[in-house]
Amino acid sequence: MSTSFTIPFALLQAATPDLSARLTALESATKSAQSAGDNAWMLTSAALVLMMTGPGLALFYGGLVRRKNILSTMMHSFVMMGLVTVIWAIYGYSLAFSEGTPFIGGLKYLFLNGVGREPNADYGATVPHLTYMIYQLMFAVITPALISGAYAERIKFSAMSLFTVLWITIVYFPMAHMVWGKGGLLNAYLGGAIPTFDFAGGTVVHITSGISALVCALYLGKRVGYPQDPIKPHSLVLSVIGACMLWVGWFGFNAGSAVAANGLATSAFVNTHFAAAAAALSWMLAEWLKLGKPSMLGGISGAVAGLVAITPASGFVEPMPALLIGFLAGVFCFFMVSTVKHMFGYDDTLDAFGVHGAGGTLGAILTGIFATKAINDTPINNKVIALGLVDGNPGQILNQAIGVAIAMGLGIVGTLLILKLVDAVVGMRVERSEEEDGLDLSQHGEEGYFFEA
Amino acid sequence: MKKIEAVVQPFKMEEVKEALKNIGVDGMTISEVRGHGRQKGHKEVYRGQEYNVDLLPKVKFELVIPDARLDEVVETLTAAARSGKIGDGKIFVYDVAEAIRIRNGDRGDAAV
Repeated sequence: MSTSFTIPFALLQAATPDLSARLTALESATKSAQSAGDNAWMLTSAALVLMMTGPGLALFYGGLVRRKNILSTMMHSFVMMGLVTVIWAIYGYSLAFSEGTPFIGGLKYLFLNGVGREPNADYGATVPHLTYMIYQLMFAVITPALISGAYAERIKFSAMSLFTVLWITIVYFPMAHMVWGKGGLLNAYLGGAIPTFDFAGGTVVHITSGISALVCALYLGKRVGYPQDPIKPHSLVLSVIGACMLWVGWFGFNAGSAVAANGLATSAFVNTHFAAAAAALSWMLAEWLKLGKPSMLGGISGAVAGLVAITPASGFVEPMPALLIGFLAGVFCFFMVSTVKHMFGYDDTLDAFGVHGAGGTLGAILTGIFATKAINDTPINNKVIALGLVDGNPGQILNQAIGVAIAMGLGIVGTLLILKLVDAVVGMRVERSEEEDGLDLSQHGEEGYFFEA
Repeated sequence: MKKIEAVVQPFKMEEVKEALKNIGVDGMTISEVRGHGRQKGHKEVYRGQEYNVDLLPKVKFELVIPDARLDEVVETLTAAARSGKIGDGKIFVYDVAEAIRIRNGDRGDAAV
């Protein structure tokens, strides 16, 4: 009997002097475990978002163009993975995410100076700052690639490259800073004057790229033969594969935007999937009713429209509103590309505006309606406050609309200036004969398919 | 010798090929072609944009046979290629002046 008392007592005695040391060790182990979980998810998410550009978007867009333009169209996505990455490392991340003015960041992180393995508490307290940097880079890669849907099949490769460098610098970095950067004008969580909710980039990614795509389509003019000659997608099979990869990659895009492997990430994941599913069905249904047949292209277009629309809302809304947002996005974007586009007669080759511009705008406004603290209780100025209309904050819809207006204004003015400049320097559009030969041959000197080889 | 040119539905290709093989027609050339006769194309819709596709995919058989076998081959080919619907295709028959086997210089019926 006596031993059973003495042993624990002796242990306790031995433990007492360094109890605080052991607590510290325990805290540090807990922190490191959380960091391991969060970092694993964030690196996975970064890889998923890169997969959205190549091969996801490259295949989705590549299948929709004619056979003679498959490589050039894939190049419009692929080359971003090189071009944007280099700029991001040199000055892009700094302009988007270091502290500066409410409109654009400063030069503190130039050459990634000071961006290392220590977390930056403002952006992600549990993951290395480098993780956050590389994750955000993948968004900067895909955004200009989305615009390529509007200028595909007729832009010069040199003009496209120069346009991209200028566009991310003049439009994307400021917009990303305003919405997500510390002290950004629209950043609800880090001291923005006009708090807007954009969980994963509805304004930053989809509205800016969508509206810029429209400006490009109008500026460049129609493709030779559009719309009187039949210009059909050359391989919807490729497009289906690409769209499904976009759907999967979008889990990284939206659920990764929680910057942690937590419950909020799960909410965003579920909402993302629900919206894509509802939108795929609603687009096909609208088509079926209006044109008589549900199509595969309609299904994948709908899924992408739903994913676009849920992007700003994904970390703010309950699952049922996510279904509704998806459903509305499918019908709305179908109407935009099948009716509105033909009414105005512009040639947005792959409907970058009709899907990303229109779907992004719809999603941003609906976020103002359905955002709720029941899903996202991240404090704003140290308080958990009412978020959207369903929480009793109707004013948020106005804030969201201001966010949309700023993204559109910046997109229109910035893109127009850049187009004028690039057109003057290298010329935007290929010669008519080069367009007829196809951009693969005229711009790259190669062909996508050799059936005889 | 006669040359037979038959334009048939692509899905009938295997059936026609087998039927010809079964009656001992050894040589033929097959190509994928596009065209239309009285059957006028169809409509396709991509994101609400309608296209009328009037040239449809067909398969063209070309074969050269001795005069004596003409009726038998045409009958076999017609039976195998027929689905009874519009778009089943056409058969054209030509006279052939000469046929030469490149390997050994055989001429006429011996070469086909």
